[in-house]
Amino acid sequence: MKLLRVCMKHRSVGFVDIPEKYRLLGGRALTSSIICDEVDPKCHPLGPNNKLVFAPGLVTGTVAPSSGRLSVGGKSPLTGTIKESNAGGIPAQMLARLGIKAIIVEDQPDDDEMYILKIDASGAELLPAGDLAGKGMYEFNSLVRDRYGKGTGIIAIGPAGEMKLLNAGISCNDMENGPGRYAGRGGLGAVMGSKGLKAIIVIEDEKRRVPIANKELFDKGRKKLTDALTSHDVTSNALTNYGTAVLINIMNEAGGLPTRNFSAGRFEGAAKISGEAINETTGKRGGVGKTGHPCHPGCVIRCSNVWAKPDGSYHVAPIEYESDWALGANCGIDDLDVIAELNYICNDTGLDTIEAGCTLAVAMEAGLAEFGDGQKAIELLREVGKGTPLGRILGNGTEFTAKAFGVTRCPTVKGQSMPAYEPRAVKGIGVTYATTTMGADHTAGYTIAPEILKVGGDVDPATTEKAELARAFQATTVFIDTAGYCLFIAFAILDIPEGFEGMVETVNGVLGTNWTTDDVTRLGLEWLKREREFNEAAGFTKADDRLPEFMRYEELPPHNTVWDVPDEILDAVHDYEVEDKAERAG
Amino acid sequence: MKIELHLYATLRQYEPEGHQGVLEIEDGTTVEDLLVTMGVPLEQAKLVYVNGRRVNLDYTFKDGDRVGIFPPVAGG
Ligand code: SF4
Repeated sequence: MKLLRVCMKHRSVGFVDIPEKYRLLGGRALTSSIICDEVDPKCHPLGPNNKLVFAPGLVTGTVAPSSGRLSVGGKSPLTGTIKESNAGGIPAQMLARLGIKAIIVEDQPDDDEMYILKIDASGAELLPAGDLAGKGMYEFNSLVRDRYGKGTGIIAIGPAGEMKLLNAGISCNDMENGPGRYAGRGGLGAVMGSKGLKAIIVIEDEKRRVPIANKELFDKGRKKLTDALTSHDVTSNALTNYGTAVLINIMNEAGGLPTRNFSAGRFEGAAKISGEAINETTGKRGGVGKTGHPCHPGCVIRCSNVWAKPDGSYHVAPIEYESDWALGANCGIDDLDVIAELNYICNDTGLDTIEAGCTLAVAMEAGLAEFGDGQKAIELLREVGKGTPLGRILGNGTEFTAKAFGVTRCPTVKGQSMPAYEPRAVKGIGVTYATTTMGADHTAGYTIAPEILKVGGDVDPATTEKAELARAFQATTVFIDTAGYCLFIAFAILDIPEGFEGMVETVNGVLGTNWTTDDVTRLGLEWLKREREFNEAAGFTKADDRLPEFMRYEELPPHNTVWDVPDEILDAVHDYEVEDKAERAG
Repeated sequence: MKIELHLYATLRQYEPEGHQGVLEIEDGTTVEDLLVTMGVPLEQAKLVYVNGRRVNLDYTFKDGDRVGIFPPVAGG
């Protein structure tokens, strides 16, 4: 395996050997380590000194199930912190099989040209983007397929990234060449745009394999993990049939579905936008719509879907829970076809759906549209791709828009908008939002599993003592993100110990290591610590590990609770010294 | 007394016929009683929410309760 270094200033590319210190790293631990080693934490995220790193996970490209993830890392222009954003789709597996452990994109061109990095078995080259520059993602992907062939892997930015807007994500194409698998969060698309890189195109013109140090152990682990995924109710049934949007009804029942810009925990239109409704409508409409869709080859969970228009033709893929909620309940919109159109605009323009939905909700609060007015929401979101002044405000995300219009109910942490779980109703996820290295992010430590779903434990969402829970989830998550597994394997392996072992064995099989399940937390914490240090050097302190003030004084119906987790609990999450002392004393 | 009842995902097939969200039940009915009456396999009713809080099978309903019952589900 090699590292591919790409210098955008000199337009040079070069393959280098993997330094020993990176040999056992992949995915998130690798992108974050490279950023920590090579990027000045104080640099401007859109300036020449930031870098953008792409890394498939450790087992990505092998036949391990649901493992085709790509980590993208850099200093985030949205949050100012270190960032790892992670996506499925087809390119990660192809990169891994071509022997690329990471791509490091450095510096910026002196001109305003956009470029394309083309990678195949014979090497890599930078080409002028030419007429492909400025294109929306749907047209871009189909032009690339016409020119480079079916099955080409595409990692690219839409107009939002080219305009360096803070809510620009990075798209990976799915198996049907749709652009809907996004490394969306944190504005890394703007970093890519600032480097003049429109896309990375991956052509697997020669079948190669990811090297596996201990095939027998790998196979044993793979089987254990696959058995866990195919036997656990959630990963073999619920996610496959209803997709992630099955959460709409449950978060609504739990009173934790943020509604109309985080002003209520229940949405009267929830049933109409639920996973059940997606499943039912998809069945009725027929055509190209489907549920149980895999975002890359080898996913056994298949949580993805394709949403069809009323006439059965393609509209968008996927409509997943976070997007459905952000563009739906959070904007007071209860029409799946409107949500699908908003999702399509996000995918085409190159925007993160969570941030876009929270931005629209803030805009609605500011009076730019009524809550629930889908047509007006569509018009507003279309402004972003046009690059109008209003479009640029909205394209810069929730906090920027809240400032522009004087809205104080701004649901962000470190500048990044919250996802689809109300922290006043579910305290542990609020602890995660406040304390992750990433800004408000549910995937960084998904305590919803035990707090709401009775998966991986059974914890009361209303209690505030959640420091250990949040720490444990954050640490395990870093390991899963590093291995290259989809986070959704967690639902099965948190409940089935053999599945957890199997996951670790696949990693050991690839690397030749002897890590145990205990090492998962240890390594996860070590890697997290590195990310924390970057943030500290960038100027972040405990005072940034807090939720927005309005949540402390505005009661959220139906539970009518405020955010009341004491700061000491938040500070204990990453107080490793306290941990060390307790360990020595104990 | 009356409760507002919703069955979700794969459990929807067990909804009592003609049921429009509101269900008349006897005083003292527990979650388990209700599940048995509707023919829902107990192990399938993994999550029972009443008025936004998770309850166990031995919970006794009160008039006006809002009840949501789910099989094992997750998302993200
Ligand atoms: S579970 Fe869903 S998101 Fe994860 S790899 Fe499979 S299809 Fe993609």
